[in-house]
Amino acid sequence: MSDKTPIIELRKVDKSFGPIDVLHEISLKVHEGEVLCLLGDNGAGKSTLIKTLAGVHAPTRGEILMDGNPVSFARPKDAQEAGIATVHQFGGTFPLMSIGRSFFAGVEPTKGFGPFRVYDRKKANEIAVKAVQDFGITRIDDGDRLVGGLSGGERQSLAIARAVHFGARVLILDEPTAALGVKQAAHVLRIVNEAKRRGLAVIFITHQVMHAMAVGDHFAVLIRGAIAADFRKGEKSREEIADLMAGGESMADLEANIEGYMETHEGHPPAPAR
Amino acid sequence: MTDATRNNSGAGPGFAGLLGIFRRTEVGAFAGLLIIFVFFSYFGWDRNFLSPLGAASWLNFASTVGIIAIPIGFLMIAGELDISVGAMVPASKIVLAIAVGFFGLNIWIGILLTILIAGGIGWVNGMLVTRTNVPSLIVTLATLFAVGGLTLFFSILITDTTQLGLTDADTDAASEFIFGTYHTFRLGDENGLTLWQGVQSSVFIWLAIVAACYYFLHVSPWGNWVFALGGDKESARNAGIPINQLKIGLFMLTAVAASIVGISETVLSNSASTTTQFTMIFNTIIAVVVGGVLLTGGFGNVLGIAFGTTTLAIVQQGINYTTFDRNLSNLIIGVMLLIAVLMNETFRKMATNWSSAKK
Repeated sequence: MSDKTPIIELRKVDKSFGPIDVLHEISLKVHEGEVLCLLGDNGAGKSTLIKTLAGVHAPTRGEILMDGNPVSFARPKDAQEAGIATVHQFGGTFPLMSIGRSFFAGVEPTKGFGPFRVYDRKKANEIAVKAVQDFGITRIDDGDRLVGGLSGGERQSLAIARAVHFGARVLILDEPTAALGVKQAAHVLRIVNEAKRRGLAVIFITHQVMHAMAVGDHFAVLIRGAIAADFRKGEKSREEIADLMAGGESMADLEANIEGYMETHEGHPPAPAR
Repeated sequence: MTDATRNNSGAGPGFAGLLGIFRRTEVGAFAGLLIIFVFFSYFGWDRNFLSPLGAASWLNFASTVGIIAIPIGFLMIAGELDISVGAMVPASKIVLAIAVGFFGLNIWIGILLTILIAGGIGWVNGMLVTRTNVPSLIVTLATLFAVGGLTLFFSILITDTTQLGLTDADTDAASEFIFGTYHTFRLGDENGLTLWQGVQSSVFIWLAIVAACYYFLHVSPWGNWVFALGGDKESARNAGIPINQLKIGLFMLTAVAASIVGISETVLSNSASTTTQFTMIFNTIIAVVVGGVLLTGGFGNVLGIAFGTTTLAIVQQGINYTTFDRNLSNLIIGVMLLIAVLMNETFRKMATNWSSAKK
């Protein structure tokens, strides 16, 4: 796989806002059919990195390549047209609209001609339901139902199915499993696997190591705007990854500290660090 | 959202049927209209509430509110509000009266001018809201007073009075017919069955606007953009919907609708006054909310708004045909508004928590 051209590649990308450097020399590659898990604590620069990929920010230095060719995005729309879709939590779905209408918001299918074009409800519902069902969410069978009535996982799946249907090749998922229950998160992880099977390049941002390990082929840990670790599946254990995400501070050390403190302080835990 | 609540939702056919009704707020608005209509028909029977002239009194009232309420409803669905209509109506009246009555322009040129100026003010509203991100309630509160002030200022400056008039010579038959006359329709001769009597032109304009706006919001593809805009602004932008242009367009539509009411009232009564119509602001908002549009945006129906407007008009005008004290109409409206808001909120909760476990 490494000799193939990656769909998207970052080469030494820096991003500064005025005097503040947020990203330092980020280099990443994502091939087709591969899931890159971007891990990192709050404030590590994950959001800035995905906004740079999505065309919200332009990199200060370095370059972004798609299929080996340098690209630059002036607006988010440019990135979308190049096939980079960002799905935020529930992004792109409207709670009080029907599934069909929500799916096609902005690109409504019509029938008729000229000024008498009318919204083609039947076609929109059919396509939307089929697109979601193809991702394995068979419980969605009525395109007239309101999106707000779906479970969190179904709604997230609808958002992902929508991005894929409209031609995304690179799928950036911004914490898609946050705030979801175990079952619902499993739903979304299945969808990520399905997207991978279809040959999309997926960039999966998450806090949850378990979710990352379930789908990831390749992991990058971001600490203070730099890539602190870059490894492939199976090269590191769950504990090691959790430690890295906690900022390099070993979780085992932390636990040992707490236990040691409790032994010498009659079983009381230490005051939380401030 | 858990499996447990989903199973509860599908508990029985009765509950699902109830939800089916709640899925459409305009059905609730229609039920409200029916209750109010039957109530006033019963208590106003002896006093001709249902006679053609009686019906005309509440239909005429409904039309002036209704013409403005529909674009206001669009704005509320899109998550915005426009209270500057209270000043737009008198401003349009004064512009028309000055152009036609004072400067002697042709009535059609005056009408065109009035609509253009209104569109311009709507554009300013839209630009201010989209560029500054100040809540539209405040922006249009500012333009309400600004336009009201300008109307008074120019009226005094140009004509030295705040009450202007048109003469019969200023208007022609076509403009009277379309904008401001009383229409009567009988089958056969004088003794034939009267279908309608004393109905203002604005009622027909209202019906045309209901039809056109229903097409726009529910049939054409663009209606989807309005719902998407009110549902989630950021997602709508990401979906490629030109949200700022759409918002500006809706503000312009509202201002033009207000100007049409102004034109209609001026041509009908041949007079114009600078007085700001504060009650118009409240009436349009009440009509929209009673019509089932959610205060939080993202949901509503044109027919619902028309039902809400008619309900409001029946209570406002129909009370005169009953033995109840006229002052009680505001009490009824207050209670009605409260019930409508609670029902809309219930609808929103049900709609966003309902998964179809049935089938």
